[in-house]
Order: sequence, then C-alpha cells, then structure tokens
Amino acid sequence: MQERLKELQTEALEKISSAVDLKELNDIRVSYLGKKGPITEVLKGMGKLSAEDRPKMGALANEVRDAISKGIEEKHSKLEEAAVEAKLAAETIDVTLPGRPVTTGHHHSLTKVIEEIEDLFIGMGYTVAEGPEVEKDYYNFEALNLPKGHPARDMQDSFYITEDILLRTHTSPVQARTMEKHEGKGPVKIICPGKVFRRDNDDATHSHQFMQIEGLVVDENIRMTDLKGTLEVFAKKMFGEDREIRLRPSFFPFTEPSVEMDISCKICSGKGCSVCKKTGWIEILGAGMVHPNVLEMAGFDSKKYTGFAFGMGAERIAMLKYGVDDIRHFYTNDVRFLKQFSIHE
Amino acid sequence: MYVSYKWLQDYVDLSGITPDELAEKITKSGIEVEGVATLNEGISGVVVGYVLEKEKHPSADKLNKCQVDLGDGEPVQIICGAPNVDKGQKVAVATVGAVLPGNFKIKKAKLRGEASNGMICSLQELGFESKLVAKEYSEGIYVFPEKTEIGTNALEKLHRDDHVLELGLTPNRADCQSMLGVAYEVAAILGREVKLPQPEVATVSEKAEDYIQVTVEAKEDNPLYVAKVIKNVSIKPSPLWMQARLMAAGIRPHNNVVDITNYILLEYGQPLHAFDYDRLGSKEILVRRATDGEVITTLDDAKRELTSDHLVITNGKEPVALAGVMGGANSEVGSDTTTVLLESAYFAGGPIRKASKDHGLRSEASSRYEKGVDPNRVRPAAERAAQLLAEYAGGEVLTGSVEADSLTVEPAVISIHIDKINRVLGTNLAVSEADDILTRLQFETAADGGEITVTVPTRRGDITIEEDLVEEVGRLYGYDNLETTLPEGSSTPGHLSAYQSKRRVVRQYLEGAGLYQAVTYSLTSEDKVMQYALDVRKPIKLAMPMSEERSMLRLSLIPHLFEVLKYNGARQNDSLSVYETSSVFLSTADNELPEEKEHLAAAITGLWQSHPWQGEKKPVDFFVLKGILEGLFSKLGLLEKIEFAKLEKEGLHPGRTAEILLSGEAIGVIGQVHPKVEKELDLKETYVFELSLEALLEAEVEPLKYEAIPRYPSITRDIALVVDKTTAAGELATIIRQAGGKLLKEVNVFDLYEGDRMEEGKKSIAFSLRYFDPERTLTDDDVVKAHDKVLTAVKDQAGAVLRG
Repeated sequence: MQERLKELQTEALEKISSAVDLKELNDIRVSYLGKKGPITEVLKGMGKLSAEDRPKMGALANEVRDAISKGIEEKHSKLEEAAVEAKLAAETIDVTLPGRPVTTGHHHSLTKVIEEIEDLFIGMGYTVAEGPEVEKDYYNFEALNLPKGHPARDMQDSFYITEDILLRTHTSPVQARTMEKHEGKGPVKIICPGKVFRRDNDDATHSHQFMQIEGLVVDENIRMTDLKGTLEVFAKKMFGEDREIRLRPSFFPFTEPSVEMDISCKICSGKGCSVCKKTGWIEILGAGMVHPNVLEMAGFDSKKYTGFAFGMGAERIAMLKYGVDDIRHFYTNDVRFLKQFSIHE
Repeated sequence: MYVSYKWLQDYVDLSGITPDELAEKITKSGIEVEGVATLNEGISGVVVGYVLEKEKHPSADKLNKCQVDLGDGEPVQIICGAPNVDKGQKVAVATVGAVLPGNFKIKKAKLRGEASNGMICSLQELGFESKLVAKEYSEGIYVFPEKTEIGTNALEKLHRDDHVLELGLTPNRADCQSMLGVAYEVAAILGREVKLPQPEVATVSEKAEDYIQVTVEAKEDNPLYVAKVIKNVSIKPSPLWMQARLMAAGIRPHNNVVDITNYILLEYGQPLHAFDYDRLGSKEILVRRATDGEVITTLDDAKRELTSDHLVITNGKEPVALAGVMGGANSEVGSDTTTVLLESAYFAGGPIRKASKDHGLRSEASSRYEKGVDPNRVRPAAERAAQLLAEYAGGEVLTGSVEADSLTVEPAVISIHIDKINRVLGTNLAVSEADDILTRLQFETAADGGEITVTVPTRRGDITIEEDLVEEVGRLYGYDNLETTLPEGSSTPGHLSAYQSKRRVVRQYLEGAGLYQAVTYSLTSEDKVMQYALDVRKPIKLAMPMSEERSMLRLSLIPHLFEVLKYNGARQNDSLSVYETSSVFLSTADNELPEEKEHLAAAITGLWQSHPWQGEKKPVDFFVLKGILEGLFSKLGLLEKIEFAKLEKEGLHPGRTAEILLSGEAIGVIGQVHPKVEKELDLKETYVFELSLEALLEAEVEPLKYEAIPRYPSITRDIALVVDKTTAAGELATIIRQAGGKLLKEVNVFDLYEGDRMEEGKKSIAFSLRYFDPERTLTDDDVVKAHDKVLTAVKDQAGAVLRG
C-alpha cells in the first residue's frame, strides 16, 4: 500500500511536469485528487490495516496528496505566466510608428508679437486700450496737433470715406480718446494695439493695412529719461538683453521733443552690415514727449502734466525678430507660414 | 537734401572730421543721414587728354580713330564712338589699367582691326546719373573747358573727390533745405563758427525801377516780392565747380543764369526765378490769383489750366510764371537772352502746395515754399545771385531792387526756465549749459536767474514754444547722455479688460481645438462686400480707393477666409481650419462713424482627422464645427443659453445651416458652404460660422460657484423614440427636459436610426436620461414617476412612440 502511494506520487508528478496547458493540468488534478481518483481508491483499503499502521498510512496519503497539489499549483502558475508572456509577445507593436496627431492651431505671428508686448506693459502697470478703426479726422489728426493743411499730413496719405471720416492712419487717436475720457486727471498708462491703414501699394515692405502698437503715459512728473528707461526695458525684452538702444532726434507733430529708437544690429553686433545698412543700428520705433497742444486739446493742463508716447509697427517688430523678409506674408495666411509660429520659445 | 562735404566747408571748418564721422554726429543730434556717397568710389586712372587728331575709322562708320595726348609724351590711339568727339577737345580718358564704376577695367583692345589704348569717357561712364548730365553732353563724351591742364586727374577736375551726405529731412526742418541751414546745424553740433557769404555787388548807374514796376494784388499769398534787373548777360555754361555742386545736389546744369538761380536755391534755400526781360512783354510784374480757366504753358512745355486757387506772376495781362512752382515758357531765359529780371519772393505755402498738387509738379522751389522759407533771406539771396550773375555771366547789375513789401517779420521770443528743461528731460543741467547750447545754435539768449529768454532767428520757423527749445537743448546735449529711469508716482494696476481677456480665451480655445488664426484685410471689393453679412447695411465705400479689390469696408469675415482656404488649397494644403477675430463696419447715418462690431468667424475644409496608417480619415462635417462652437460656449459658461435653429441663408447649404441664438437673440450662423460656391472657389466640402464676438463676450455669465460633489448614485434610463423625420432632436430634448422635472439632470442623444426597418417618413432617436437627487438615493418609484411624465409629454407634444 505504501509502495502504491509512492508510485502514484511519482507517476502524478511526472504527468504534471509534462503537462503543456492548464486544461491538461486540471485533468491531472481531477484524476489524481478527485473523489474517484487512485489515492482515494488506495485509502479505501485502509480498513484492512492495523490500528497502529492506519494513522501512519493516513499521514503518508496526505503527504502524497500535498505533494501532488503543490506540484499542480507550481505548474499552474508557471503555465499561467507562460500564457501571459505568449499573449504579450503576440501583442507587440512597432513603437516607432507615428502617433495619432493632436491637431492644434496657433496665434498669428502678429498676435504673438502684440500679446507679448501687451503682457510686458501690463506687468508695468499699463492697461490695454482699443478704439475704432474708422475715425474722425479730428481724433486722427487735429487732436494730435495736425490741423488741416499741416504739411506732415503728407507723411501718411490716408483713405478717406468722407471729408471728416477716414480709416485711421495710426493708433494715436486711441490716445486722444483715452486722455479725453480721463478728463484732465492722470495717471494715464495705456498700450494701444490695432489695425491701421495708409495709401501704400502693397509690396515687400509696404502694406495698405498693418498693425500698430502704441504706448502712452501721462502723469505729473514724466521725464524723457522715463521714456528712455521704458524703451530700454522693452527693447531688451523683445530683442535680447545684449541689445543696446539709442535715441535719435526726429519729428512727429504730436510729440516734442520727438525721437526715433534704434537697437544695435544683432547680425553684425554694431559693426555694420547689409541688414543695418552699414550703420550698426536698426530703427524700431518713434517716440517722444507728448506735445503740450495734444495734452491741452485732450483736457490736460500741460503746465502740470507731462507724458511720453511711443509707437511701432507690429509687422516690423515681427520681421526683425523672426527674420521675415516680406510684409505680405502676414496677410496671405499661407499655412506654411502660420505653422512656423506655433513654437513657444 | 544732398550735402556736398566739400561745399559745406565754404561755411564751416570741418577739419579733423571725416564725412562718416560728420554723418554720425548729424544723425545723433537731429537729422538722419540716410547715406554717405563717395563720388569717385571705384574709379581710377582717368586723366584729362587732348584730342590731337580725329579721323574716321577705316572700317566702321560710327567709330572715330583719335590720337590723344595724355600729357606724358607719346600720344595714344583711342577708338571712340561718341558722335561729338573732335580734334582740339580736352576730354576725360580712362587709360589702360583704369577702373570705371562697376569694376569695369580698361585694357588694350582692337576695335575692327584698329588698336585702342584707352577710352574717352562720357560723364555717365564716370558715375554721373544720366538725368543730371547737361543736355549738350547727354549723348556723348564730356568736353572740359579749354584751359584744363592735360594729364591731370580728370575726376578732380570734375570735383568728384567729394562725398555727399543724404539728409532725410523731417517736415519741421525746412531750414536744412539749404547749405546755410545745414551749416548752422553742423556748426552747432561741432561748436564751431558759421562763415556766411558776403555778397558784394558792383552796380551800374541805371536803376532797376526804371525798368520794372512790381504790384502784388494777393498780398497774403505773396507778402514780399523783390525784383532785380541785370543787363548784358551772356548765356554760356556755368563754371565747372558750380555745375559739379549742382550735380552733387541732384540738379542738372543748364546755363549760367539758370544754374546761378539753382545754386542760390541750394545755398540760401530761397527759390529764385530768372525771366528774360525782353520776352516779358511789358515793364510790369503783377502778382495775383489766377482766374478760373486761365491757361499757362510752363517751362516743360505743358499747357496748364489754372483756377483761382493758384497764384500767378503776370506781366500785367497774362501769366508768365506759376508762382513758386515753375516759370512760363513765354518768358524763359534762352541762349539769346541779354537782360534778366530776377525774382526773389516770399510765397505762402498754401497756394504753392495746391498748385503743385493740382498739376503734379513738385519742383525744388515748390517743396521749399510748401515747408516755409526764411523771410529774411529773400533780399540777401537776390544780392548774392546778382553778384554771381555779374561774376559768371558778365552781367551789369542795375542799381536797387524793386519791391512789393507788406511783410512783417518778428522773430519768436520765448522764455523758458531751466527747471522746465530739466523737468521734461530728466536732466540736471545748469543754466549756463543750456544757454551755451542755444548760443551754439546762433540763437540770441539772455539769462536771468533760471529764466532764459531766447530770440529765435527766422530761419528756424519750427521753433515756436518752450518744448521746441527743450528739444534743441536735449538733442544737442545728446540723448545718449540721458539716464534711464522708469516713471515714478502712483502705481496703477495693469490688466486686460474682461472683454480682452475673454477674447484671449476664445483664441486659445479655438487654437487648442485645431484652428489657426488668420489675419486678413478689412477692405474688400464691391462684389464680396454683401456676402454672408449677418447684419445687412449699406456698405461703406472709400472716397478714393487704390483698387476695386480694396474699395469697401467689409461686413463679413467669411469671404476673406475663403481666400485663405483657396490660396492654401492651390498649394497642396486642402485640409485647413482657420478662424479670425476682426471688426465689420456697419453704416449708420451719413457722415457719422460706422458701428464697428467685432466678429468671430471660422472656416474648416478637407480632412478633420487623418491618421492614415490606422485607417482613420475623417472629413469635416457640420457636427465637427458645431462641436467646436459648443465647446466654446461651454468654456464661456453660455452653453445653456444657446440654441441652434434651422435657417436658410444665401451662400450656405439650405439643409445644413443653422442660426445661433443666445438667450433667444440671433448672434450668428453656422453651416455648410453652398456646393455652388464651393465649386466656384474650387473648395472641398467646407463649413463656416460667423458670429458677433461682442454678443458672446458681453453676455452676462453666472458667477462661478462650487456645487457639492454628489454623494448619492444617479439612475439612467434609455428610451428610443419613433418620430416623424422632420421632428428635430433639439425639440424632443426640450420637451423631455421640461417634463422630467428637477430630478432629470441630463439628456443626451445616443443613437439615431433612419434605416429600412423604419416606417416610411419616420426615424428613431434614442436618448439617455440621467435622474439624480442630491439629497437622497433615488428609488425606482421616483424614477418611474418622472419617466412616465416624459413619455406622456413626448407622445402628446411630438407624437413620439416608444420603439418596440
């Protein structure tokens, strides 16, 4: 009997070891450990044993059972693991295949430039002011110290609708309107972006429509050094900390003194090259101290208040910053152009 | 204004300062120097030669064989094709080894078998602009005056060893439209003296007043008219140095009399005109406004019809000059002129600008009058011209001038306190420093404590107020020397307005959803202007458009977005999604500003999603674009208030278009572009929307408030309803919502069936309804009650039956 049990154990363990799948293993379990299995069969003959041998034989039978169970269990987990591995192997993918694209669009490059400038000045306490694109002659010219017949009106030939109404030629009328709203009380600190229009034939450097962005500060003690400092902060932020600025005297009817701001040429570091026309400097914007006539017309006491203003073309900034060579690109909206500005630097 | 570096030295000592250094200094302190040209740049080996012999080339009709003495022994043979070459001429010879502009090297050559050792040059070949070369030399070689020394450097003889500074003058600096004005400016910058010309004229005993009488009717237009008479002039070329200076300044030489008037114009900034006295037709000058329809033939042989806006110089009867713009052909100085009537006048800018504009004539004279000349130079300029006419035209200057003078000239006197200067500039200048700068400008100053009283010379008509003086001090002090500060004083909070910040959210959302921002022109054409307009108004037309294409202000953004799609489609990018935010312009009353409404529009075409290797290709459709909009409305907290209602609109697909309503108000449209339009524009299936951004961003939104996270489960019931095909899902959803009571939280369409198994004219729409009570767990009973109401409502109101 004892031998028979040993034999069964050996036989079962061999079968377990050679089982190839979970089903076969289950069959083995049922056939050896089931109620009708050989071990149960053997134990039925226990009654013939002596009382002394019976517990020994019982213990042995349990040992055999346990060994077989354990064998089955071990084999079960091995087979399971193998099955998982096989499944995973079958599921292998080519990870170098392209992913499913998430299509996103992006800001237009002009918006990118304008928002960058807006954010810079918002950080310095400015608000963003906007105004109509179709303007009264009064706000576009007269309130800015450009009375009818002023020779400087030639500088910006305009699209008139009627004698008194035109497409604004600059964003400066927003300054006049904003000052008027302040009713002679400072401080005024605004940045004004917007579309403007001039009678230019569209070519690589001219556009009948373009974007301007202007700034205005009016308060009791605004100095030209404040203008210089503000422009320096702007230039370094937009074009790099290593840029130098210079102010050159210029003329605008709405400012006095008037200046133009140049930045040192990035291409040649100021030595002179074709980009900066051998001067080492690139013109960026016009600026100046608000003309007393402009302050007075908008209801500010020019004895008490001073101010500065500056204005630039967003296209020009974008062209210089990104090296764009033709202003028409901004309005053609070629997707190959638009896409290039998706990157957040 | 072109400024000769050598000429400028007549008035200011420029020693120790190169032309480039000078340019830099001028730019930094006031006037942008746009370029510095070196006149003899890239030219070498050109000498004065003497043509000893000239004979026809044996085998070429148009060529001449010349023997030329170059002053260094053996004459050389040069073949020359110029028609005007002749024996006995002094000419410019580019010798063998010489270099001409464009790096053109002169080598020994054979022309039709004859040796040619050099080239006889025209002025153009020596780098002169064609339009500046005097008529007599424009078709051939240049001929030097007889006395010119053979073998000398021809470019030096032509005064080309010079540099020309190109000044970009702003309208306020009319004073620098003259060499003297530039001299004052440069002297102030360098802190040096100005040397003015001192005209000294010997006169003959005859008096000008016996020759001419001057009357000015239009005194406001012409407050000062000075006439001088110069007899016995002989017309010939002006001296070479004068011609060279005129050419350097961009003026073509004619003859000595005309050249002298132009020379004075450049030197003093005072335009002059020389009449042929004998051709004047009277002994009288009368200045008046033209009569309407009066005609003058100007020097350029153009017949010009005048109006009463124009000022004319007449001989008492008919016009002899269009004042300040151009002389008349009838009184033009010619080769036979012997007596010259010289005009030096002060004309007001207005009528000159008008005449110049009306006749498309911008002359050196008119541009100076338009910007304003110095009234105190009218007389000295006339004297200086008389001096030169005596010197270079052999003229006899008659005693005196004949004048019509109603001019009062008062120099501006401005007082300014040093504190004002320092306050505006942010400097800390002493009175003496500011005073010194103003004195350098040759302004008369008187300092009293901190107050400086400045008498501004009339040549600087641009200086009228204190701030102008602040600028003069600032620019000459040097903006480089200013410190950098930031505004002090009360701090202001910087921020975007609610509208501006929401507009940024709209942009970011749309870009995140896959749309590129486009920026297109606001001006459009007449045939596009009414297309897709949400609010149809009379379009606004420009008074003087530059082209039909850009003649009206747009009423809709969609047509220009089509252009973007079309442009890209033609360049292999036919799947594209773009949006734009921009204003449209709605006319109101005549001569009132239009209403400007900011709109948001989008257009999508081609494939919406494309992932080909996984077999995924989804073209755009109505619901793609609608989904984007719904996402946007939801982002702005407005989704609940939005409805889409079926609509027909020109240019859009009649069955695939909806009006967008916000709280019941129409704010825009969404739809498929009409297939006819798609075909016309060569677009694939395209969907668009346009809506009022202002309506969207200004709509009232519930303030954001936290809602407790549900603690109890919800119960979902699905129903499939069979309804008429024409019944809209939106209608059913509304009925369900209303009937479901407060427990019904969500209603979603999850299936639509219109296939064969349905009865004719019917469809099945399946809704998923979620019931929920935040206070407790719902029982089946609760849901059954609510659900029964829903079923009854859809049956009663839409004839819907549950699909079995």
